[in-house]
Order: sequence, then C-alpha cells, then structure tokens
Amino acid sequence: MPETPAQPAIEVSHLVKSYAGVMAVNDISFTVPRGEIIGFLGPNGAGKSTTMRILTGYLPATSGQVSICGFRVAEEPDSVKRRVGYMPENNPLPEDMRVSEYLYFRGRLKEVPRRKLGSRIDEVLELCDLKRVRHKIIGKLSKGFRQRVGIAESVLAEPPVIIMDEPTIGLDPHQILIVRDLIASLRGRMTVLISSHILPEIEMTCDRVLIINQGRIVAQGTPSELRREVLGQSAYEIEAAGPLGSLPFVLGSIVPGLSVASEGPADEMGFRKIRLKTVGDEESGEAILRACQSEGLRVRALSRSRPTLEDVFLAATRRSWDAVAEEPRDGGRS
Amino acid sequence: MRHFFTILAHEVRMLLVSPSTYVAAVAFLAVMGFIFTNILEKYSTAPQDLSPASVFFSVYFLPVIFMVPLLTMKCLAEERRLGTIETLLTTPVTTAEVVLGKYGAAYLLYLAFWASTSGLFFILKRFAGDPRLIDSGPILGGYLFIAVSGLLFISIGVFTSALSRNQAVAGLICTTILILIIFGGRYLGSVSWLDRESLAPIKDAVAYGQISQHFLDFTRGVVDTRELLFYLSGTVLFLIFSILSVEAKLLHS
Repeated sequence: MPETPAQPAIEVSHLVKSYAGVMAVNDISFTVPRGEIIGFLGPNGAGKSTTMRILTGYLPATSGQVSICGFRVAEEPDSVKRRVGYMPENNPLPEDMRVSEYLYFRGRLKEVPRRKLGSRIDEVLELCDLKRVRHKIIGKLSKGFRQRVGIAESVLAEPPVIIMDEPTIGLDPHQILIVRDLIASLRGRMTVLISSHILPEIEMTCDRVLIINQGRIVAQGTPSELRREVLGQSAYEIEAAGPLGSLPFVLGSIVPGLSVASEGPADEMGFRKIRLKTVGDEESGEAILRACQSEGLRVRALSRSRPTLEDVFLAATRRSWDAVAEEPRDGGRS
Repeated sequence: MRHFFTILAHEVRMLLVSPSTYVAAVAFLAVMGFIFTNILEKYSTAPQDLSPASVFFSVYFLPVIFMVPLLTMKCLAEERRLGTIETLLTTPVTTAEVVLGKYGAAYLLYLAFWASTSGLFFILKRFAGDPRLIDSGPILGGYLFIAVSGLLFISIGVFTSALSRNQAVAGLICTTILILIIFGGRYLGSVSWLDRESLAPIKDAVAYGQISQHFLDFTRGVVDTRELLFYLSGTVLFLIFSILSVEAKLLHS
C-alpha cells in the first residue's frame, strides 16, 4: 500500500459498532489531516472510547471503514498498529516495573531498533520531564507521573498518529498544564486525537473539535466555528441607567438582529444590567455604545460574553437528544 | 515470532525480580524436601521394592495441583484486570505471541522449580553412600515425565487464566481441571459400567489418557510416542483455546 503524505492521517467512514444490540457508534464519518490536534468530546457513553479502540485495531468494527495513513485497520492491522501510539482510558501500566524498563520493553514491542532505543528513551524521558523518576517503580509514582509515563510510551516509537483517551483525567491543574504543553509540542509533527471531559483543555490545545453523542457526530469544526454554528449568536452585557424604554427599537435599527434578552432590576444608583443578543458573530460593541449615548443613557460597563466550548457542547448534545421545545439560549455564561 | 522472544524475555525477567517467585520456590522445595525425607525414612527402616526416585515422583500430582494454578493464574488474568492487555495488543504483537510468550515463561519457571529438586538426589548420592538408592533410570524418566506432562498442565493453567479476569477464579478452575484429568482418568479406568462391549472405544480412549499410567511408563524407561503425542496435542489444543479465548473476549467486550 502506498503511503503518501497526501493521505489523511485518520479517515473514518460510516463506522458502526454495536455491542449485543446496543449501538455504541452509529454511522460516524470524519477525516483528520496530518499534523492536526483534534479533540473528541462527548458525554459518558457517547462512544468516544469505542471509536478510539476501533481506530487502534483493538476492537473490530461492526461495519464501516477506518484507515490510518491510508492503511485499512481491518485488513492491515499490523501496519496500522505500527503507526499508532495509543494511550487507553485510565492509562493502564504494569505496577512492578521501573519506568526505563517499561519504556525499553514497549520500545522492543513497537519495533524500535535496539541501537536507537536507548537514545530514544532518553529523548522521551526528557520530553515528558521524567528523568528524575526513570529508575522508580511505576506502581509508586504519583498520578501525574504515571500519566506522563503513558504519554511518553505513546510517543516512544514516533508514530505518525497518536490516540489518547482522556490524557488529563484525574490530574491537578498544574499537571494538566504540563500535559497540555506536551501535547501542544507535538503539533505539526504528529497527528493527535485526544478525548476529554475538560472542555477548556480541548479548546486550548486542539485545532479542531468533534462532538459526539449517542454514537453520532453532532458537531465538528474549530472551536470558533462551533460557537457560530451551534449557538449562532453572541451576547453583550451592558450596565446602563436612564430611559430604557426605546432601547430595543433603536438597537434593532442600528444592528440588525440585535435584541434585548433580559433586563435586570435597577440598583440604588439606577443602573440596570441588560443582556443583549445578536444573531451574527460580528463585533457590535461600538455600535451599541453609540446607540446608548444617542439615547441619552449613562453606560457604566459593557462586556461581551463569549460562549465557552461548554455551552457549545451542552447545546450540541442537547440538540441531538431532541430535547422537547428547546428554549432559546441567551448566549451562555461568560 | 520476533515478539515472542521479547515477551518471553520480559516475562522471565519479571518472574526473576518478583519476590513471590522466590517465596513460591522456597515453599515448593520445603514441601518436596519433606516428602523426600519421609520416603528416605521409610527406606531406612525396611527394604522396599521401588527405587526412592519412583516413589518421589509418584507424588507429582501434589505440586502440580497446587503449584501450576499459582504459577499460571496471573499471566493473562492480571493483564486483563489491569487493562494492560489493551496496550499490549495495540502494538504490532499478535495474540498468539502474547499467549505463547507467557506460556513459555510459566513453563520455564515450572521446569526450574522441578530442577531444583535434583538437589535432593545430589544430597542423597553425596551422603547415603549406598549406590542402590540412586537409580538413574527412574530419575531421568521421572524428570522427563515432569517436563512432558508440564507442557499440558501449564497450558491448562494459561487457558484458565484467559477465561477470567479474576485470578482466584482462574486458579480454582485450573485446579479443578487438573484434578479431573489426573484423578478422573484413574477413576474412569476403574469403573465397571465402562466394561460393556459397546463402550469399548471409550474404554480405550480412557486408557490412552491415563496420566498415572503414563507416569509409570516413563519411570520404567518406556517412552511411548503415543503418550508424547497425547501431551503435545493436548498442549496445542489448550493453547489454541487460550488464544481464541483472549480474542473472543475482545470481540464481546
């Protein structure tokens, strides 16, 4: 099989996996170009881990086609396994081995030439900041170190594709930062597919996000595309005092689609918090300020509340659950 | 098969650095030494028909029933329980290589345990001063029987370890199967309802699978190829079952 750079790193088409009649993955298709970091989001039981296991060749798919670097997983599992570094959920590691021993064993299994293996182990230990613990027994390491051992192991053989199932689960914020930097340092060199529950993580590290729910892809794109696509609106919060009665009309005439979402009670100085929402994603803060001034309103604060990926995620998964009579969302928390 | 040796070397290494291996070896030697001393005491009081080696090896089933499950119950069950089977099988390694590597390591350890009992014979030879007590035929035959039958016993252990992620369950199933094939054959060979003529083929098959009979043949110096084939084919069968069992668990996980 030819392996050309033009071929996408991961290609999934119409993937279906059912366990005993339960559809874990239901007709998923996506493509990941080389060198991209892609985030896989979804609530528990959405089919993330199953999809990842199928990608690595660990589980067989019920139907559909999966290729890694142009190799079909079902037909050439060995070629695929040579090109994938995989870190499963909960990062299982043998308890009674030393870090360097473990990496040596894994390197041999992954067919890293014996001559290169020593220097390669040094490299990944350096990359993952594990030099201090290289002779420690894995069972005695803290969670953060273990997680980094898992990451070191998955990048050990320099595979073109790395698949990590929840690499940051159970880590403290400081360790999350380290792991995030580590993943970001792989950008461009390797294709990374990570799943996570921690949405800011995904947003900061990933070029693209796939949201799946109940075995289906419910949204995909860059984080900003998703905001536009899924929420389709942005929100402003303004604190103003004065005659508010005519504000909705004025705003609507200046910025098309701008409307008042909610109006808070006046405080002792007469200021109210007003939430405004727009249909588009364009910056309209200045127009709002000007409109307020022309109306003779006293403005104390104006802020744009950016919807987080969390809002996108909630909206996208809720949409896929066919929630009855979904109420219009007001742009989300900032 | 290049990964077979990687896994085998890794498994042997892990066994050698694990304290439990040494604890098991000491316990094994203590029990076997105790049995050996008892045999010698009997010989010192009255002359016996058989050589001490034949009597010593005739209790082979004791260590088999207790040691084999202990040696093998961990090998696949532990991998599944910890989830490391997932990282193992997502490297370019086949299930067969994993199962064979683990089987090989357990078998080598089993042989090493039995090899350590040769020290008992050495001590006897060194201090007894009676050449009649050391009869090399039964000793060699006994060790050969241990090595050949060990192939089958260990493969049964590996198979049961592939059945469950719980080591205790795997060990219990293994003990049960071992007792069934060692004593079940002896029992079936003695029951009278198999004497009917219509059941003669079954009777023959039972006689062919008599492990205690095989043992007697080996210690007498009779190495029958049919018996070798019995152990080899049984081993291959259980190893194939182990591989299929590991793969089936993946399909239905």
